[in-house]
Amino acid sequence: MNILPLFIALPFGVAFFIPMVSRKIKWVPDVLGNITTFILLLLSLMTLNQEFVYHIGGWKPPFGIVFVLDGLSCLLLIIINLIGFMATLFSVEYMEKRYTSKLRYYSLFLLMIGGMNGTVLSGDLFNLFVFMEIASIASYALVGFGCESRELEASFKYLVMGNVASLFVLYGVALLYGKTGSLNIADVARILREIPYDNLIGFAFVLLIGGYMVKAALVPFHSWLPDAHPSAPSPISAMLSGVVIKALGIYVITRLTFNLFGFNQIISNLLIYIGIISMISGVCLAVLQFDLKRLLAYHSISQMGYVVVGLGLGTNLGILGGIFHLFNHSLFKSLLFFDSGAIEYETGTRDLNKMGLLYKKMPVTSFGTLIGSLSISGIPPLNGFWSKLIIILAAIKAGRPIVALWAVIGSILTLSSFTKVCRYSLYGKGEKFDEVKFKNYKEVGNLMIVPLIVLSILCIFTGLLLIGGENGIFGPVVDVINGGVLQYINKVLGS
Amino acid sequence: MIYYLCFVIFLIGLYGVCCKKNIVKIILGLWIMEYSVNLFLILLGYRKNGIAPILRRGDNIAEFSQKAVDPLPQALVLTSIVIGLGVLALMVTVAIRLYQRYGTFDITEMRKLKG
Amino acid sequence: MQGKGVKMNEEKGMSLIVKTVTRWLKGFIFLFGAYIVVYGHLSPGGGFPGGVVFAATFILITLAFGREYALRKIGKILASELDSLGALLFLLIALLGIYYGGTFFLNFIEKNHPTGNFNLFSAGIIPLCQISIGMKVGASLFMIFIILSVVRVVFVDGKGKLITTEKKDKK
Repeated sequence: MNILPLFIALPFGVAFFIPMVSRKIKWVPDVLGNITTFILLLLSLMTLNQEFVYHIGGWKPPFGIVFVLDGLSCLLLIIINLIGFMATLFSVEYMEKRYTSKLRYYSLFLLMIGGMNGTVLSGDLFNLFVFMEIASIASYALVGFGCESRELEASFKYLVMGNVASLFVLYGVALLYGKTGSLNIADVARILREIPYDNLIGFAFVLLIGGYMVKAALVPFHSWLPDAHPSAPSPISAMLSGVVIKALGIYVITRLTFNLFGFNQIISNLLIYIGIISMISGVCLAVLQFDLKRLLAYHSISQMGYVVVGLGLGTNLGILGGIFHLFNHSLFKSLLFFDSGAIEYETGTRDLNKMGLLYKKMPVTSFGTLIGSLSISGIPPLNGFWSKLIIILAAIKAGRPIVALWAVIGSILTLSSFTKVCRYSLYGKGEKFDEVKFKNYKEVGNLMIVPLIVLSILCIFTGLLLIGGENGIFGPVVDVINGGVLQYINKVLGS
Repeated sequence: MIYYLCFVIFLIGLYGVCCKKNIVKIILGLWIMEYSVNLFLILLGYRKNGIAPILRRGDNIAEFSQKAVDPLPQALVLTSIVIGLGVLALMVTVAIRLYQRYGTFDITEMRKLKG
Repeated sequence: MQGKGVKMNEEKGMSLIVKTVTRWLKGFIFLFGAYIVVYGHLSPGGGFPGGVVFAATFILITLAFGREYALRKIGKILASELDSLGALLFLLIALLGIYYGGTFFLNFIEKNHPTGNFNLFSAGIIPLCQISIGMKVGASLFMIFIILSVVRVVFVDGKGKLITTEKKDKK
């Protein structure tokens, strides 16, 4: 199955090819970027329901680097490439207005997508680190892309925190290598089961999980997120919030916790407590915001808390709820960020006080915002409702009703803050509403509307993917996570 | 014992990142942390009285693998140094641009993002 | 700009001794870098350190003679093209592994070459990869140095306020 290297070779190749040919011709970066992400989307849809271990260079697993494709990787690949394609469609028109140098934007964007594809596919600890660094460096540069003072400050803050996190991760990898003598994830898992437990292994675990929690923006490591997400250009905000914190953060935490170290009671408690704190503090800080994108960024923190709570419960139902919420969150959060980007493109502001009555002038955008707000608050029959319901039911079934109570409180606060968003921007008037400028607003261009419509339709109908429960479409994903360490070792080393 | 010293260097770098106000000192603190992690990786491969892992013509492979130091951490460190170089170049560029926008290198003056 | 203070811009090179020594040595340093790159599979080194020595050659020329002279030797556009070309060559070699053998990055050049092991032309695709990495790293580091050296700072004003002037060619 030779398409696995293409997920990495194609974005990198086009990213390095774009600066070579597009100095004189202006439309080349747009076309090449969009074609590349479209091809990647088709390729990722071809990987459904397949499990494969790809040996690079023909070398067998403990000696060579492997790419592992299983249910969890497949789900993340589809999320990354789908939102990537929507973001490149959106940025064709969005980047015309304020930003210069589109060719560097597309190169960095494709590098980021290639790096994330590599992270979810890699089966080797150091390879994971290198691809994570590629994606992170590209995103540090993209956050500060328009060189205003706020954007640079946000980019510097993100840079320093992200780099410290990467160094913690490298330290953890070095400790694991010193203890076990191997870098392959399955091989390390096999050796860790045979040697007696040592405090050094626990220390390596803390370093690794701590580093990746910074990338996933869980409380108390979240302070880069509310500054970095609003300052980035809108398609990059959608990518950062909808994909990067999942592919680099939650995916790696899941892979290391369930398939490398093994899931036990201590880790379950840790994940649930951090999840609950993220949920509540994210949403409480979000209600107070009047900057639209900053509000959405705080909500990302809170929804990541939901996912981590779902995964931390450890039961089949909890894991299903957690991953389904991961999938849904990437859909509706990117939809909301694209909406805020369209609003910013037209009105020129992100302040909720200055907007108002947008449903008259921008019908498609306000429809998208409405669907996104209803989804994230958990109103039936949109997709957010099903995933939150499953998480709450799983918490009750696992015998932890307090967790379910906190989840419900978080949901109510989410609904209240999104009622505020809709009231100020769409259906009511902000306090500093400007009548004169309001008359000139019109709907944004065609290429910017397509992602909004596609993501809205997906939000409405994604609930149907749950038919079949744990044996349906999400069956393989739950199977990978729940199968634990032994199943992963057999899959990679046994082939 | 020497691994603890590596960790002490790491903590010194972390102190530089957390507690200093000048951007250049923060960048230097990050570089010190990077250095200590690379040092730790190389020291993992050390073998007492070992020889360099370069196979010469006519060497016995079994004897060689008993005596040589581990070459894998050296390859990892090469990659890691180059990645660190890339991040450092980006940091320095952002710091120069920040100086042009704010007029100072002091991070307590850069507080436009609040809330 | 009037007033007191230090006027610090890039001067037209250093003293005569530095210029003469650089003119003699730049070829040898470049050759040393090439030696490190090409013998990467036999002795320590390889693409990354060799690329750094390549870049060091050009940085030495820039420091000794000034920016304009260095940019005449290897301009910004040429460095950028070499950069992309190095990366694309590396990717092409990796993809050719699929074409000839079926796996990504497969070492498809025959390893039982007539001259045998421990010689320059052994170890398959590894020397080719090292050369492309060396090209890329050298060009990248040189470009970083040139772009960072664009900023000029003049510390002067009548009231003691900091003034910054910069020539913005390319970010």
